[in-house]
Amino acid sequence: MQVQHATEHAHPQLGFWRKYVFSTDHKVIGLQYMITAMAMAVVGGLLSMLMRLQLAWPAHAWPTLGKIFPVAFAGNIMEPGFYVSLVTMHGTIMVFFLFTAVLTGAFGNFLIPLQIGARDMAFPFLNALSYWVFLLSCIVILSALFVAGGAPLGGWTAYAPLSALGEASGPGEGAGMSLWIAALALFTVSGLMGGLNYITTILTMRTKGLSMMRLPLTQWSLLITAVLGLLAFPVLLAAAILLLFDRAGGTSFFIPSGIIMNNRLLGNSGGHPLLWQHLFWFFGHPEVYIVILPAMGMASDILSTFCRKPIFSYKMMVYSMVSIAGLSFIVWGHHMFVSGMSPFLGSVFTMTTLVIAVPSAVKTFNWLGTVWGARIRFTSAALFSIGFISVFVSGGLSGIFLGSSAADIYLQDTYFVVAHFHLVMAIAPLFAAFAGIYYWYPKMFGRFLNETLGKLHFWGSLIGVYAVFFPMHVLGITGHMRRIYDPLFYDFLKPDQAMNVFVSVSAFALATVQLVFLANFFISIFAGKRVTENNPWHATTLEWETPCPTGHGNFGDELPVVHRWAFDYSVPGAKNDFVPQTVPPGGEKL
Amino acid sequence: MPVLTEDKVSGGIGVPPRWNAPPGGGGGGGGEPDSSFPISSKQIATWLLMTGIAMLFAGLTSAYIVLRGVPTWESLQLPPLVWVNTLFLIASSLTLELARRSVKTDRMAALRLCLGITAILGIAFVSGQIMLWRQMTSSGLLLASTLHSSFFYVLSGIHAVHILGGLIGLATVSVKAWSGRLSSISFEPLRLCATYWHFMGGVWLYLILLLVFA
Repeated sequence: MQVQHATEHAHPQLGFWRKYVFSTDHKVIGLQYMITAMAMAVVGGLLSMLMRLQLAWPAHAWPTLGKIFPVAFAGNIMEPGFYVSLVTMHGTIMVFFLFTAVLTGAFGNFLIPLQIGARDMAFPFLNALSYWVFLLSCIVILSALFVAGGAPLGGWTAYAPLSALGEASGPGEGAGMSLWIAALALFTVSGLMGGLNYITTILTMRTKGLSMMRLPLTQWSLLITAVLGLLAFPVLLAAAILLLFDRAGGTSFFIPSGIIMNNRLLGNSGGHPLLWQHLFWFFGHPEVYIVILPAMGMASDILSTFCRKPIFSYKMMVYSMVSIAGLSFIVWGHHMFVSGMSPFLGSVFTMTTLVIAVPSAVKTFNWLGTVWGARIRFTSAALFSIGFISVFVSGGLSGIFLGSSAADIYLQDTYFVVAHFHLVMAIAPLFAAFAGIYYWYPKMFGRFLNETLGKLHFWGSLIGVYAVFFPMHVLGITGHMRRIYDPLFYDFLKPDQAMNVFVSVSAFALATVQLVFLANFFISIFAGKRVTENNPWHATTLEWETPCPTGHGNFGDELPVVHRWAFDYSVPGAKNDFVPQTVPPGGEKL
Repeated sequence: MPVLTEDKVSGGIGVPPRWNAPPGGGGGGGGEPDSSFPISSKQIATWLLMTGIAMLFAGLTSAYIVLRGVPTWESLQLPPLVWVNTLFLIASSLTLELARRSVKTDRMAALRLCLGITAILGIAFVSGQIMLWRQMTSSGLLLASTLHSSFFYVLSGIHAVHILGGLIGLATVSVKAWSGRLSSISFEPLRLCATYWHFMGGVWLYLILLLVFA
């Protein structure tokens, strides 16, 4: 296959700013999302390192940190309020500004037009606007770290009434909390603009021959994710608006009457704090799937490519994603089993939660069916896809415990929960995102990432992830609380301390391994091995018909015509072990 | 001579998609699937936008229904002006519908007249809402007075913001109408604007029924 010169389809000569900064090209916007999300990941990751430092060695004096953060480390020891603000900001940054942004913002933008044979999104300007609003939301959330009183203290879930009371409930609940709400409102608006674009583009701009049931699973996952976002994010926006009025307008939507805060009787009347939890989790649980569904889609496509086998049971993969999305709206109560919920309602939410394990298990079975008997090409992308399955299953299994109200009442707000959600909705999507980066990097930059460093990154990450999060299950079962500042405060937690130190040291090692990835990513843009063909992985989907890197307009003068599904690998009688979607019937033998 | 309607000339409309086309090699053959979708991109975007707005108000009004049950709830009597404003909004939907029908038969003078009246009625609605809020605040019913008053201000305020968005859309369509860029074969902006406007009218009727009777 010959390398084509990058197509300059209808592409006027643009200056640097119009081409790389204020661009409406979906690929540039995708990369903008990716780089911004990576920057946010560095911030969010550093915050978690500070948390692990405190948990391993509470009350230890850190003179250097005392010089850098004179208020947060007054007397060289971390302040309790600062620790809780780290918890809030780490969670918020990672859930919204890394996972959601990188999986839907970066990969969604980069891949949708390329994989459906379109030249760009349906509404390119709206797409660019979506990124700039996202960037603004990043700036607003980061500014919460620097305002008087510091960042908010209430965790990424911002439970009322603490979040609704302002300064009365703590220093970070003042300006920091207001910025948190503003950032989330902006993020929501950005997500809605993006989602609207994704759905419209996938439905209306597929090239000739590309029926819905010929779409790669990445596209199905992005479509379903966009629908989830469209239905879930407005509810978060509604909750955020009401919360903002409680804080700034004196209303009492989430504040009960007769509330005493810091020994002061407040004059609010009538609201209900649990209302916030219901609204938040009605959004919050679909958000879990907004993060994991694109990861599932990408891992499926990458796995199939490197197994040189069709994905096992394509239709069931699609139907199970649709089922997961539908069910995700009726499971939110499992986050609230200890809120005083009636046991009957608790058992209903237990049932719906356990039911959602069925389509997840179907997907796992199909991934195993795809891998089974395959001659796998163990590239970094393939390894991270397999790692994704491992971590997703590990995290998913503990979810079955937590979905059962009887077990959850004991495990609620312990490190068991921390271990569960980190594995299933943080590390699993992150592994899929890494797989995606290793896989589509040639299409992004025209060069490969270094495979040796990639494998070092994978094995370091896999071992590191299990070293960090597996002991957390044990910590949780012993009763180790989730947001505790000083584990040595309670005698019954003192025997856990060696495990806390082990987890922290493992976390530092895991973070160090990520530096290998960052170095590989940025150095390879300029010094990576050049790609010498359009389709270096010998894959079937449409993006591999375009040059590496792909030029403006994506395809040549003619858009591709699709003749088959996206998984024609190892077709009996075919000349090659892959048949691109553009090959007409019978052409595979030529 | 047959009248060429918008639906017959819009791009990307025609062959329905084959949603159930089987995956797998060989495809095509006699019946190659065609991805052309029977609805235009802008129309889908409008419907998706309305879905998002519907979910926003569903979230807000579910909060209303929950808090309606707390013991401290005090129902308030809304001033009669709210019904006058509601009539303005209903009338604006009717005139916009007349505008849509006028363009389909190329009656441009009627189109412009109807668009103008719609805009006046829309502005009258928003102005009336502002007068309503002033009436309420002067009678001592402030944003934070009771849960009911809080909901009234928040729901009607967010709705008014969406109506202002509709007025911007209406202004854009009016500019097209005055500059001769709308005709019986090309009037999608007007159609989409009317869809949105009717939807926001429906949302207001839902809100007012909830606020007055629930």
